Order: sequence, then C-alpha cells, then structure tokens
Amino acid sequence: MSKVKAAILGSGNIGTDLMYKILKNDGAMELALVAGIDPESEGLARAREAGIEASHEGIDAILADPEIRIVFDATSAKAHIQNAEKLEAAGKMAIDLTPASVGPYLVPPVNLDDHLEAKNVNMVSCAGQATAPLVYAVSRVVPVHYAEMIATVASRAIGPGTRQNVDEFTRTTANALMKVGGAKTARAIPVFNPAEPPITMTNTVYTVIQEKDFDFDEIKKSIREMVEDVSEYVPGYRLKGEPMLDERDTPWGRLPVVVIMNEVEGEGDFFPKYAGNLDIMTASARKVGELYASHFLQKEEVRQ
Amino acid sequence: MKAPRITDTTLRDGAHAISYSFTEEQVREIVGGLDRAGVPVIEVSHGAGLNGSTIQQGFSKTPEFDLIRAAVETAEHSKIASLFVPGIGTSEELRKAVEIGIRVIRVAVHCTEADVTEQYIRLAKELGIEAVGFLMMSHTQPAEVLAEQAKLMESYGADCVYVVDSAGALVPEGVRERVSALKEALSIEVGFHAHNNLGLAIGNSIAALEAGADQIDGTVRALGAGAGNAPTEVLVAALNKMDLNTGIDLSKMMDLSEEVIVPIMPGPIVIDRDNLSSGYAGVYNSFLLHVRHAAEKYQINPTEIMEELGKRQAIAGQEDWILDVALELAEKKKALV
Repeated sequence: MSKVKAAILGSGNIGTDLMYKILKNDGAMELALVAGIDPESEGLARAREAGIEASHEGIDAILADPEIRIVFDATSAKAHIQNAEKLEAAGKMAIDLTPASVGPYLVPPVNLDDHLEAKNVNMVSCAGQATAPLVYAVSRVVPVHYAEMIATVASRAIGPGTRQNVDEFTRTTANALMKVGGAKTARAIPVFNPAEPPITMTNTVYTVIQEKDFDFDEIKKSIREMVEDVSEYVPGYRLKGEPMLDERDTPWGRLPVVVIMNEVEGEGDFFPKYAGNLDIMTASARKVGELYASHFLQKEEVRQ
Repeated sequence: MKAPRITDTTLRDGAHAISYSFTEEQVREIVGGLDRAGVPVIEVSHGAGLNGSTIQQGFSKTPEFDLIRAAVETAEHSKIASLFVPGIGTSEELRKAVEIGIRVIRVAVHCTEADVTEQYIRLAKELGIEAVGFLMMSHTQPAEVLAEQAKLMESYGADCVYVVDSAGALVPEGVRERVSALKEALSIEVGFHAHNNLGLAIGNSIAALEAGADQIDGTVRALGAGAGNAPTEVLVAALNKMDLNTGIDLSKMMDLSEEVIVPIMPGPIVIDRDNLSSGYAGVYNSFLLHVRHAAEKYQINPTEIMEELGKRQAIAGQEDWILDVALELAEKKKALV
C-alpha cells in the first residue's frame, strides 16, 4: 500500500521528539523530510542519522517537494502564520503545534470528525490536549457550567516561549475547554514546579454541574472510556485515583463538582519521561497526522 | 539602619484566613484605619492575587474589583497595591486593576521562576505603576539562586524585589543571607515578607532590616494565611523602640487591631500543631484551611498531610495536591486496618 508523505518543519526539541514517534509507529505516513533553518542543529543531525532527509532550507525545502502532503509545523506562532499561507497555496495539509491557532483546535478523540476536510488544524496546548478530553467526557453526559483545570508541570519541561507568554497559554487552554471540552465557561491555570527529581505532569480538572439529576456512574464510565481512547496514542495518560463527586460553594450557589485527577507520563522518545506535557503534544500530533493520512488514502481508494 | 517602608497586606494575605470573605464595608473600614494611621502601602486582592477566585483557591464572596475600588476610593494618602500571580492573573486583570487605581503591583512567582514575570513587570511599568517582584517560598533556594532570580526581575524593570518566606520556614540567619545577597546583587530596593510558623515573624523582619531591607510586610493582628504574618502594629512598636520611625501611628494601629480586626477574625491566630508542622515541613501557608478540610473529610492527621506535601515539594497554587495526598494517605490507612 502506498503511504502519504509527511514532513516536519522545525528541527528543535518538539520536531525531534515527533520524528522519533513517527518513525517508531508504522502507519499510513511516511516521514520524507525534516526541515529546519539552522544547518548545525542537533535535530537535523539526528534526522540524517535516522536515515531521514534533512534540510536547513526551512519551508522552501518542503514546498519544493510536491509529494509532501502533510506538514507538521513545530516552529513558532509567528512563523506559522506565514507558513500557513504558503502551505495552503501549495495544497498541503498543516498540523500546527505552535500556539498560532490559524486553524480549528483539534483534540483527536473529541473532534477529529468535525474537521476531516480542514487544511490547517491546531494542536491547542499541552494542557488543552490533556484536559479538554476529560471535560468533554463529563459534558457529553451532563452540561458543564464551569470547568477549571490546574496543570502542574516540571519547570524544566517548560520552554522559553511559554514562559514569556503565560497569558497566551492560559487563554488558549481555557478556550479549548469551552470550544472542544464543551464547558460553558472555563479557567486554566498552569503551575511550574522546580522539584528535583522533576515531577511528572499532573492535571486536576474541576467541572461544576448545575443540573439536579445526573448519573455519576455514567460520568465515571464516560471518563474511563475517554482515558482509554487517549491512552491508545499517549500510553502514559492515566487517571490518578477515581474521579470524585464533591460539593463546593461557587458563585452560582452550592453545586456538585466532579474532580478528575490525571497524570501524563511521556514515552521518553527524545524528551525525558516526566515531560508528559511535551510528549502529549507530539503524540497527539502524530495521531492526527496518521488519521489524516488514512483519510487521504481512503478517499483515493474510493476514487479509483 | 533606616526605617523601612511598610506594606500592610491584611486585605490580601488575611483573605486566606477568612476564606476570601472580605466585604466592601470591611475594606472601607480597614483601609480608612490604615490610611489614618499613616501606613504607606495597603495590599488588596484575592489571597492568591488578582483573578484568584477559583475552585482551586476558593471563590471570593465579593468580586475583588469591587473591593479594590472601595479601597482606592477610601485611601487618601496610602497607595493601594494588589498581588498578581502569572497564570492565575492575566494582563487583562492587571490592566483593569490599574484602571481602578492601584499604584503598586506585586508580581509573585515561585522563587525559581522569575522569567515568567517579564511580561507583567514590563506591562506594569508601561502602565506607569510601581512593580515589585515577589519571590515566594524563598526558604527552598540558597541565597545565590535568589539573587540571580531577583536580577532577572530587576532587568525587566522591577522597582523592588521581596524575599518571601511563604512557609514561615526561615530562621534569622537564613533571612540575613538571602536579603544580603539581594542587596549586593541589585541596585533597586529589597523587601521581606514573613510568616510566623516558627514564632519568628518579627525577629526575621528585624534580621532583614539589619541586612539592609528597604521594605517590610505586615498584617494587622497577624491576620494572614496559616500562622499569620508579622503583626503590623507590633512591627511598628518594635521599630519605635529601635528609633526607626516608620511614620505610622502606633495607638491608631492598636485601636484598629482591637476594634476592627478582632471582630472579623474567626479566632486568634496561634502557632498550633497544624501551623507549626506546616512551617517545619516548609509548606505554603495558604494551604492550611484546605489541609484541615481534607484531613477532616478523610479522617487523617493534618500533620501527616503537611509532611507529605513538604516531601513532594509542593509550591504555591498546588492546592489540588492536598486532595491527592489525603486520598493516598487514606488508602494506605485502609490497607493497614
């Protein structure tokens, strides 16, 4: 069976980890090129070492190959805004790992089917990938009036881009809890913990429910199923303890709150295992690429 | 030694102790009292800083911008300040607070994460207000690390950087080392914020002054998170005895403490078992009420929760770990029965 050619744009840490994930999972994609802009970059050297073509010509190298159909952009929000136009003009599908949000947010087990024909999709943020599925798992059973999530990540696993713009991170993640997770309102709060040895990413999700009648067992079942769906492509994604039903004083009165605690351990492909926050970005992006590649191949089969 | 500038943070740190229930009326009364007594800076916001009203921290009973507005309207001489924790607050809340009339923002981060403050310190300076860097949980890092972090804040434009003993875990020697290191490294002012878990809030504040601190925090009647802070009125009295004139009227402070603050307090703030174990384990003071709640719910000794949080190196903003720890301890206990 023929495969769909894909390329990674950006040879930094995210691009490199993503490369290893694509190489280790045999599927409908073939990684044809890793393109960066620094000829000395470790990521390009690693690509060559793995037998993958590497170029320091950046986006131009990708545009020069008409066979490349899927492009993972692991550069920066600013760069992606320019890349997005060029990729679209060239008829290439963009999977955006930057915070640019040119295309719709995509969280694989929740809304992939809504965007099957999209030309550009955005991978939200690490905390968004980790917690929007949990909020959705509740909201598909009973409406969520307010969702709040606390993402605790190791300081060492937070890059300078996020550090210089915490506003963007909190806004993007809260938006994803509403748009993808289905919460009516939402807050997202990151905590960067410098503990040594570094801590594994942990997330706590609170969902406030206004309805009087709902079946908590049904919610728990929905959460378990969702965790299973995510762990299929992020093996270190799991619940910490059972989801709990609590009652809290809120601005909307004393209301039931479902508390979900979750942990994300990385696979250790390029990032250390504690950096589950980075791992879930690359693992989700790979999953999305794989699903689009299969979709492209299916469409072609139908046509033939 | 020169007299420090005193910032009273009863209406911010004290909010933790009364579960974020300050009313507009109380704010007017307390700000009025502090202003008349001559306290130069009064901090008002949710205990966790602007926008801190959340499930994680506890919701404010009155919207904090209403409280800040009441404070700004009441103060005649004092500057109104707010606390700001990046990630809890965003630029939007900072802008709004400045619009209402705060004149000082204290940007607080865990003491290794100063680079996260750049966006907000720069914004505060653009908006024309004073910016103070607040290095929380300072006991966890040696003096050199704190000095490096403080220098980052200075480079973003901070007017002052505080050594913050959030856990009340420092002893005078540790305070001196840290404040001295900052004084040496920086050309801006240095401040100190104490908690009283080891009974050292006043002593540590004096040690900070001896090491050159320019600004000191207090709360009336020690009304602050956990074991409380250096009581502002006691600080003023001690400084008077040292011939350091803060310009604050001691008798007006004592009246405010007795007549206005005590009636608001659920009880006196003392160094009980929970507060001592918290300080001894180096745990963030605002965890106290959350720990007590979890301990009661899962029938565990609060000391055990404090010790485990200390071991896990929990930092500010991690109230969710309390539940996680309590559940794990409860499971362990069940397994033993």
